[in-house]
This record gives sequence, structure tokens and C-alpha cells, in this order.
Amino acid sequence: MTLSGEELAEEAVRDVAPPSRLRVVTRRFFASTQGRIGFAVLALMFLLAFAGPLFTPWSYTDKDFTAFMQPPSATHWFGTLQTGSDVFAVTLRGMQKSLVVGLLAALVSTALAALVGAFAGYFSGWTDRWLSWVTDLLLVLPAFLILAIMSPLFGAGQWVLFVVMLALFLWMVTSKIVRGMTISLKQREYIQAARFMGVPPVRIIARHVLPNLSSLLIVDATLNVSAAILTETSLSYFGFGIQPPDVSFGTLIADGSRTAVYAPWTFWFVAGLLVVTVLAVNLVGDALRDAFDPGAKGRR
Amino acid sequence: MAGFLARRLLSYVVLVAVAASLAYLLAAVALDPRSNYADRTPKPPPGVVDAQLTALNLNDKTPLLQRYAVWAGGVVRGDFGKTVTGASVNDDLARRMGVTFRLILLGLVFGSLLGVAVGAYAAVRQYGWFDRLSAGLSFLVLAVPVVVLANMLILLASWANDNLFGTQVFLVSGEYTGGLEAGFWGQLLDRLQHLVLPTVSLSLGLTAVFSRYQRNMMLDVLGADFLRTAMAKGLSRRRALVTHGLRTALIPVVTYFAFTFGVLLTGATFTEKIFGWHGLGEQLINSIFTNDVNTVAAISLLAAVAVLFAALAADLLHAALDPRVRA
Amino acid sequence: MTPVLQVTDLTVSFGDVRAVRGVSLEVSRGEVLGVVGESGSGKSVTAAAVMGLLPPGARVGGSVRLHGKELLGAPERELTALRGKTVSMVFQDPLSALTPVYRVGDQIAEAVRVHRRVGKEAAAVRAVELLDLVGIPRPGERAAAFPHEFSGGMRQRVMIAMAIANDPDVIICDEPTTALDVTIQAQVLEVLKKAQRETGAAIVLITHDLGVVAGFADRVLVMYAGRPVEVGSVDDIFYRPRMPYTVGLLASLPRIDRGERQPLVPIEGNPPAPGALPPGCPFAPRCPLHVEACDEGEPPLFEVGPGQRAACIRWEEVRPWAPGQRTGDETGLWPAGRHAGEEARPWAAGRHAGEAGRARARGRHEAGARPLRTVLEVENLVKEYPLMRGAVFKHRVGTVHAVAGVSFDLREGETLGLVGESGSGKTTTLMQILELAAPQEGRVTVLGRDTARLGRADSTAIRRDMQVVFQDPLASLDPRMTVHDIVAEPLRAHGLPASGRRVAELLTLVGLDPSHAARYPQDFSGGQRQRVAIARALALEPRLLVLDEPVSALDVSIRAGVINLLASLKARLGLSYLFVAHDLAVVRHIADRVAVMHLGKIAEIGQVDAVYDAPAHPYTQSLLSAIPVPDPARERTRTRILLEGDLPSPADPPSGCRFRTRCPKFRSELTDEEREACVTVEPEVLPVGADQGAACHYAERRDVVRPGGIVR
Repeated sequence: MTLSGEELAEEAVRDVAPPSRLRVVTRRFFASTQGRIGFAVLALMFLLAFAGPLFTPWSYTDKDFTAFMQPPSATHWFGTLQTGSDVFAVTLRGMQKSLVVGLLAALVSTALAALVGAFAGYFSGWTDRWLSWVTDLLLVLPAFLILAIMSPLFGAGQWVLFVVMLALFLWMVTSKIVRGMTISLKQREYIQAARFMGVPPVRIIARHVLPNLSSLLIVDATLNVSAAILTETSLSYFGFGIQPPDVSFGTLIADGSRTAVYAPWTFWFVAGLLVVTVLAVNLVGDALRDAFDPGAKGRR
Repeated sequence: MAGFLARRLLSYVVLVAVAASLAYLLAAVALDPRSNYADRTPKPPPGVVDAQLTALNLNDKTPLLQRYAVWAGGVVRGDFGKTVTGASVNDDLARRMGVTFRLILLGLVFGSLLGVAVGAYAAVRQYGWFDRLSAGLSFLVLAVPVVVLANMLILLASWANDNLFGTQVFLVSGEYTGGLEAGFWGQLLDRLQHLVLPTVSLSLGLTAVFSRYQRNMMLDVLGADFLRTAMAKGLSRRRALVTHGLRTALIPVVTYFAFTFGVLLTGATFTEKIFGWHGLGEQLINSIFTNDVNTVAAISLLAAVAVLFAALAADLLHAALDPRVRA
Repeated sequence: MTPVLQVTDLTVSFGDVRAVRGVSLEVSRGEVLGVVGESGSGKSVTAAAVMGLLPPGARVGGSVRLHGKELLGAPERELTALRGKTVSMVFQDPLSALTPVYRVGDQIAEAVRVHRRVGKEAAAVRAVELLDLVGIPRPGERAAAFPHEFSGGMRQRVMIAMAIANDPDVIICDEPTTALDVTIQAQVLEVLKKAQRETGAAIVLITHDLGVVAGFADRVLVMYAGRPVEVGSVDDIFYRPRMPYTVGLLASLPRIDRGERQPLVPIEGNPPAPGALPPGCPFAPRCPLHVEACDEGEPPLFEVGPGQRAACIRWEEVRPWAPGQRTGDETGLWPAGRHAGEEARPWAAGRHAGEAGRARARGRHEAGARPLRTVLEVENLVKEYPLMRGAVFKHRVGTVHAVAGVSFDLREGETLGLVGESGSGKTTTLMQILELAAPQEGRVTVLGRDTARLGRADSTAIRRDMQVVFQDPLASLDPRMTVHDIVAEPLRAHGLPASGRRVAELLTLVGLDPSHAARYPQDFSGGQRQRVAIARALALEPRLLVLDEPVSALDVSIRAGVINLLASLKARLGLSYLFVAHDLAVVRHIADRVAVMHLGKIAEIGQVDAVYDAPAHPYTQSLLSAIPVPDPARERTRTRILLEGDLPSPADPPSGCRFRTRCPKFRSELTDEEREACVTVEPEVLPVGADQGAACHYAERRDVVRPGGIVR
């Protein structure tokens, strides 16, 4: 090969942009109806939660002493509560909290699952035994009970701690899946090839194992968002989650269900928004799964 | 084989012991049984409260480790201690276990059967209208938390009672009407009326989960070579699907069934609480509200045991159904 | 004779992809039709279409007649009644083709009961009879076993038993032996022959292995890109092919019966994707006889001789490729025609091939003249695994003696072929070497360093000089990385600069376009991927290359190119190869020395021509005799040394000689006193020639590939 030829080759290498996987997945994602619907609805929900309060004169702490338990009207779009709070403002506030809690908890738990699972699976032996034991222990502990007992600690402003605790009880099943997949990945020839080439283990995990599990992890993170939102709601329903004066979907539904028979607006708006949000998240997760893995259409 | 079973059981015992101890210690630190006496009128003298708490092994003035030792000693002998009201935790939980059992059995059987049927049919008619409809519905159901679903069911039922039937057809609270004297059939009808709503609330979610799961398993099997072999032998498609396909695809689902049963034993919390069934799940919430440390610890232990034995039962069932695993 | 099965102009398409484009074939009672083609040629789809077992969504056209009765469009009820009764099928992978949860006896009985009104008892009895017929030992007992308790060969026998349960008139076999070892393949082919004798059925044998066809088929149909391109009697196809593709396939096969080291002649390029066929003749882009007229339209099947048709407009000029000097060879089939010279011989060795040939001349060492420097030495290597049973209650039930004392050495510039059937311990041996850890027993010395005494830095240094190429190139390349990153990875791991220039250089070295460095592995064909894997292995300029079945996942026409590349690289870069393979023909082609493994021990080792021409160990003899040769005349005259049964379990090897339970010599030639030594004494590898040793108490060299008998 002549020098000019080599230069040409190098030139060519630099010029051809690698076909971005991200772009392929994005295209496939938006090609599916449920992906489009899920994404649009979710975006709308976020917009509503964070931009919505700008359009109403009422804040979630305001109380309208002229209107207790009033049905929806021009001044109170979703009606009012027994206390005179504006249901629209309160619902948006609760939605903000639920979305943030769900997102963060899902992120933390998926990261935890990926690390613990990959390390346990890659370094078998004692590392695996200990990590798996801890995983099993957390699976066996009744999560709901532990979170409920600890609820006094999640007092005002301590919702970050709540997020961490929520995440702590969400990662185990994924971690087990990641561990299993890591073990089978480890047998794969490209990992072995890297090993026999002299690539150090942590680098193999970072460069080969985790990227090849990325589709699983991303999908899992998405589905964990809805799991976290549902868990938060359930805990808050019984008063074990988000503590007053903060509100969330759960606390609102708990209050609303008591008055739902004669004041349906206190229950149905919140419940409806919750269901639509979770549904949208699940749709996005499912469409993502298909986008990552066109072979396994409509799995699960 | 026996050695392995023994080792596995031993590891279970360790896990249960650690989990229950953690739960006890956490509950003993975080819950405050003394506050139960604060609202009483007339307020009992501190000495009496102390004596009562000590008798129940709930006195926070006793060092934590000493209380733990007493509790653990009791548990080892099979005694879970006393509730805050002085009753035996063992008796209370035994009764409640029966209630929970009656509640979840029907819901689980109903939900899983329906789910399996829906999932299998959806897989066979992949991308048909039934597949799409069932997928959409299960997505919707899975997006509705049990608390919302249960409350919605109650609202719907009371509306139906008032507007459709004009009489109380669906009974929304409790397991049976107390003091009802209507003979055996009347009692049975009454129990059924109470059972309908919680069963629906339980089985709807389960149907959704099972149908998705079964659909996947069935899709895996549908592409399998052995189904092609069965048809090459001369079996009709329907017969090959049922005798070869469904039989194989059912194995993981049955395993999952066993596991779900164990989880639900203490996990039907919301259904029990909202429909007023006095089962284990309800007690789990009540015990936290009443600062009932011993009950909290006992339920934790029970939950751990249930989950582990469900996992074991699932594995055994898997081995029984699948000769490949048995080998 | 009226054909039993007649397929006319069959077309199958999935969406826009036309998988089968006009297949016509017919097969008569007692006849065997071989259908040959590479992956994606549409041969399996054709079989499924005939059976009416295509997945939903496939559109079928044309006609399929069974005893003159049209099957396409027939009601499902009628098809169901025919399937398994008049026409039956044997599938490729016998593990997934049997329902895992039912006993094999019941599965066969079911096939009987579907079509006949017999009781459960009678069907069960019939199932045992059938198992006996296909040669399953203790059939009564084995009928109660589950499929996973059978070995691959035994499962395929069960499939055959099921296929002949109702005395069908046509049996379609879709790659029936592809998943099996050669000795088992020979057994299964025997069973198929027996089944045909019993039932008198017509057989359609679908395969990619020309050797299997040569020995088994009466007529052959060659498929390419969803269409038959040549059809004729087996002799016509092998000796007088008129389609350049057929000629090319035959020329690219490494052959066990050719001692002279001719470079293989690969077919350039790759088979077209069924969705993107070139205009005109689909083979034109790869064809050395390509002229402009080829692109104008797809050629029909021309009548080129009695009963022979070929789809090539230049069929008159096509001549079989003759290796090297053997133009007027012993068979006298090379027609001395007008078109002597380059024109008439489309497969004149190309640039690569010529290079490889010269390289081989330089690189090959004669027996007794081995190079001095040793790069790898294995002494008495032992590796045992615990044998675990049960997925739920995992418990140890024994010990697998995977490698039980193996010794060999590899000198600089040499290629050692390590061959054996699955379960012979060849892969375990390879992994033990690659791990660079202290072996359980024995000693491994890599590049002069004992692996038992290596620090972390030492092993990193050795890893630089020893690289590996795995079997499946798709599995051995991380799908998430670009080719550039893949090739650069070893450089980065050893702290070397990974410039685009170095990567481009490496890609050029293995015959790839350097501008493809930004692509992902899935954008390449199998052969190209394997070239990427080789480029990666060469990045650090290693001295020793460990090759684990590097060509067995590739299609026949592509295989030759990779083999030639390996041969030329070795000569140019002075590499040493440890070449693990189950394909003895490939090993004969590329290796200088060969070690034959059986059940964790070396049965025979030595200079490659010595071992192949005059194997001394009965195992080597039966192994070589089991390999089908793509030469119908020779296949007809060969007698196979058939081994009985399966490889014994490595968890419970026989006492004394590990081969004695299968040994034909032990069975029929030795006296009882002589057998005594086989049962009690484990044989050592002892020299039987200049560079040839065999682990047999009664080693005797004989030629088993070419009829001619005992050499010495």
C-alpha cells in the first residue's frame, strides 16, 4: 500500500460518520404508534405538571374560603376540596412530586441493579455470593412494611430520602436478570476474546457488558418509573409516603376516595391523570423494547 | 439431592432470621407503643403503663437488645409474643391467615386461568384484533393502581346497587354479614356477595399480568421446531398447539403461579384494607398504626417464609413438570 | 416411472422477499434427490412449502403434486391426513424438533396413532419396533426416556423412526446430519439408507454438504438465490458440471483425499440477499465467465445433456475445474476441448490463491525436518469438571474427565491441527492454554514460559504474543462496536496507539476495504466478519495464533477464501497456528501436523500426510473413513468403517483403552488374549513412523480414504 493510499484510507475512516445506534432506535421508536402516543402523552403530562400552574391564579397552598367542595367551574377548573383548595392546582402539584419521585427512583434503582448484577455475574465466587445474598435479603424483606415503618423519617422536605428508600426496594429483580445475562454474556466469544486479549475485567464490564445490556436497562428504567409512581401512590394513600403539607397522587387519591361518592371531582381527575401517566410510561417502555430489539416484537 | 435440599433450607433459615430480626429492630426503634396510652382518658399513671409495656415486652425503657433477646427466644419456641392489646399474636395471625387464604385463592385461580386463556389465544392470533384488544386492556389495567381500582369498584358497585338492582347485590365491606341468620345457603350467598368485588379487584390485575406472560411463552413455543414436527407427523394445527404447544408453554406460567401465591399471602394489603377483610395484609397496616411491634415482626417473618417457600415450591413444580429440569 | 412427488414452478415469497423463485423437481419411488445449496438459497423453504408448513404470511405459487394430486390450495384436513403418512420429514436440529416434555416412545406412538386406528398398547409396541429398526440399543427401555436424555445422533434416529412410522412414499430430509459429528453422520446416513430399503420411499435430501450428496443421491439439484441452477444425475453434476456456480462449489472444497497441496479456489463475493437480487443471472457478479449478456435476463435451464439442465448461457464453455497438473486425470473426465486454456478453465487460481500456493510451498515442512524453536508445549495436561445434575437442585453426580493427559508441542512457523468429535476435549484443551492459569495437572509452556509461574505482568506480555480467533465471527465481535474499535481494542488494551492508519493497514492485510472501518459487524457477511476477527488477532503482531474452528460457521464458497488467507498470512508473517477443528478435510488442507483427540486423550499425532494417508489408530481410521468425499465414483467403492454407538460419557470412560468400546478392531480383529491389553492397559502414544505416533496397542497403518487397503 502506498503512502497516499494509507492517507486516503485514514481520511475515509474519519469521514464516514458511524451510523448512530441512537438514531436507529429513535427512528424505530417513533415509527410505532404506541411509541408516538406514549411519548406525546408523557410530554403533555410533564408540560401540564410544570407549566400548568402558570395558567391558574390558584397555588396549591391557597384556600378559597368562598368555595368549599364546589364542582368544577370557571374559577376552579377541577372544583375545590373541603378545605377550599383548588383541585387543579393541588393535582398539578401532586403530579410534579409523583413524576419527580418516579423518575429519580427509577434512575437510582436501575443504576444499582446494573452495577450489582454485572459485578456479581462477572466476578463469580465470593463477590457473587455476597451480592446475591444481599439481593435475596432485600427481596425477602417486606418492602412495604419497611417503608411504612420508616415513614416518620420522610417528614417535610425529606422526600429525597424517600426516593432513595423506594429505589432500594425496586432494583433486586432487575439485578437478578442482569446477573443472569452477564453470566451468559461472559460465555460469549467477544467477551472471551477481550479477556484473552488482556483487557482488564472492570474495563470489560464497562465497555462490553453494560453497553450490551443497555437496551434491557433503558427499558427497565422506563418501566421502573411506573412501578415507582405506583408504589409511591400506594404508600402515600395510607399516609406512609409523601408527608403533608406536600401532596402527591397518593395523598390526593386517599382524600378523594373518601368524598368520591358525593364529590366525584375530588377523585376522578387525580385518578384519571395517574392512570394516563402510568399508561403513557408503560407504552413508552414497551415501544422502546421493540425499538431496541426488532426481533422480539410485542414481547412480555 | 437431600444434601442440597438441606443446604438450601439452611440458607433460607438464615435469610428469614436476618430479615425478621432486621424488621423487629427497625420496628422497635421506629414505633412507639407508649404513645397508644397517651390518648386514653383517664390517662393511666406512668407506672401502670410501664408495667403493661414490660409485660408485653414493648417497654422502650428496657434496652433494645434485651427486648430483642426476649422476642427472639419466644420466636425460636414458636411464640411471637403479644399484640398491643395483650392478645396472642399467634392466634391473631392464624385466624387472619385463614381469611387471606379464602380471599386470594379464588382471585388467583380465576385470574390466572383467565390470563392463561387470553394470553394463549392472543399469541395464536398474533396481531389479530383479539391480540390488540387484550394487549390494550392489560396495559390499561396495569396502569391502574389497586387503590384506585378498588375504590373505583366500590363506587361502581354502589352506583349499580342503587340504580340497577335497587338492592344491595354487591357488599363492599367485610367477609360476611355479622349475626346473619339465613341458613347454610343464605350464609353462602352472603359470603359470595362479599367475595365478588375483592375477587374482581385481585384477579383483574393478575389476569393482565398472566395474559402477557402466557402470550410471550406461547409465542416462543409457536416458533419452536417441535411444533413443526408435530404437524409434520400429521397432527392438525389445533391439536399440535394444544397438546404440544400449550403443554410446554404452561410450565413457566405454573411456576409463576406458585410464586404469586406466596407473595399475595401478605401482599393483598390494599384489597384487604379497602374491602375490610381482616386478613394478614390489613393487619400489616393496622399494626403500624397501632405501634404493634410484635405483630409487625411476626408478619415480616411470615412474609419472608412465604416468599422463600413460594420460590421453593415454584422450583419443585418446575422440576415436576419439566423433565429437562428434573434430570 | 411416474414421479411420486412433482413440484412445478414453485414460488414462495415473504412480503417483498422472494425466497423461492420457480423450483421444479420430481422424485420417483426409491430414488434419492439431493438438493444442494448454501444458506439462503431457498432449499429449506422449498421443503417447508412442499409439506405445507410455511409460516403464516408466506405466499406460495406453482404446483406441488403428490401421486398426481395437487397439494397447494388443498383443504387443511386433507393435508393433515397426508402429512406423516404419505410424505414425512426429518428436520435438522433433532433436539429442538422433539417436544421436550414427552417421552420419545410416546412421540413416535403419537405419529402412529394419528393415522391408524390402533390402540395405545399396539402403538407403543410399534414405537419400540421402530426404535429398534433405526438402531437404538435397548429400545424398550429407551422408549421411556425424554429427548434431552438422548445424544444428537440418537435423537436424529428417533426423528427418522417417526418419519417412517407410517411407511411414507416420500421422506424429505432437511440437513439431517448437519448438526452431527462425522462418525455419527455416517451412522445416521446408514440408517436413512436402511429406512429407504424398508419403505421403498423416495427421499429428498437437502444439504449443503456435497460429500453427503455424492455418496447418497441418485440425482442432484443445485440451488442458488432461490432457484435451481443445475440439475442432473450425480455423476453429471460432479464430473460434468455446466453451471459455473457448481464448478466453483466443487473447486472451493478442501478435500480429504487430495494430498497435493493445491490452493483452494474461492468463489469471489457473497451470495446475494434474497431481497436484493442483481438483474439478470443472480450468479453473474461472482462469475468468472461473466459477460454483458449475463446481465440482460435470468437464464432459463438449458437442456445440456440427457437428463441434465443448467442455467447458464455459456454452458457450452464451462468445464470442471481440475486441480493443477491433473488435467487429464485418472478419471479421464476432463474433456480435451476447443477451449483449452484460461477461457475454458474459469477457476484458474486467482491472486490470493496463487499467493497461498506459493506460501504453502515455502511454509510446509516435511516430516523429520521440523523447526527447532518451540512456541507452545503441553505436557500431560489434565482438566476435570464436576458433573452437575438438576437445574433446581444442582448437585454433583460425578467428574467429567474432559482432558486426561494430553501432550503435544507446536514449533515456530508450524500449524498443528487439533481434531476430534464434540466431547473429545479439544476445546477444553484450547481454553486451558488460553486461560494462562496453572493447569490442574501437567504443564503448559507458552512461548517458553510455564503458565503455572506467571505474574500478572508476565501473562499480559504473553497475551500480546498469543491471540485467538473464534468459531462464530458474529459472536466474537461485539455488535455494539465499530470495526475500527474492534480492531483497535487489543492495541488500546496494551497501551499502544490505535491510529486509523494502523487499523486500515490491518484491514488491508486481511483483504478488507479500509474505508469500512466505521461500519458495524452486522453490516458484513460471515466471511468478512471472520476477516475482521483475524485482523484483530493480528493487531499486536502475535507469534502464536489459536484458531478455534475458524471456518466451520462459514458457507462453503466463502470458507475457501478464509482458509487461503490464513495460509498466506502464516507464510508472510511467520505465524504459528494451533488450529482446532472437527472438519478433517480443512485440517488436512492447512495443517503441517495433526493431533487426533478422542475422549480427552490423543489417539494419534503426526505429520499430516502420514496420518491421513496411513492412519495407524483405529479411531483415526474410522474417522477418516466416515468423511464423505465429493466424488461419487469413489464414494460408491468405499467401504466405511462404521463405529458403533456414541462417544462414551467423559464422566465414565472405559477402562484401559478409552476407545475399545467403539473400536472395530477390538470388536472383530483381535483375539481374546490380545483384547486383554486393551481392557487393562491404557495405551501411550508410541511412534509408528518418522513423525507419527498412535496410542494403540495394535497400531497398524492403513489407507482408508482411497480404496487400496493396508499400506504396511
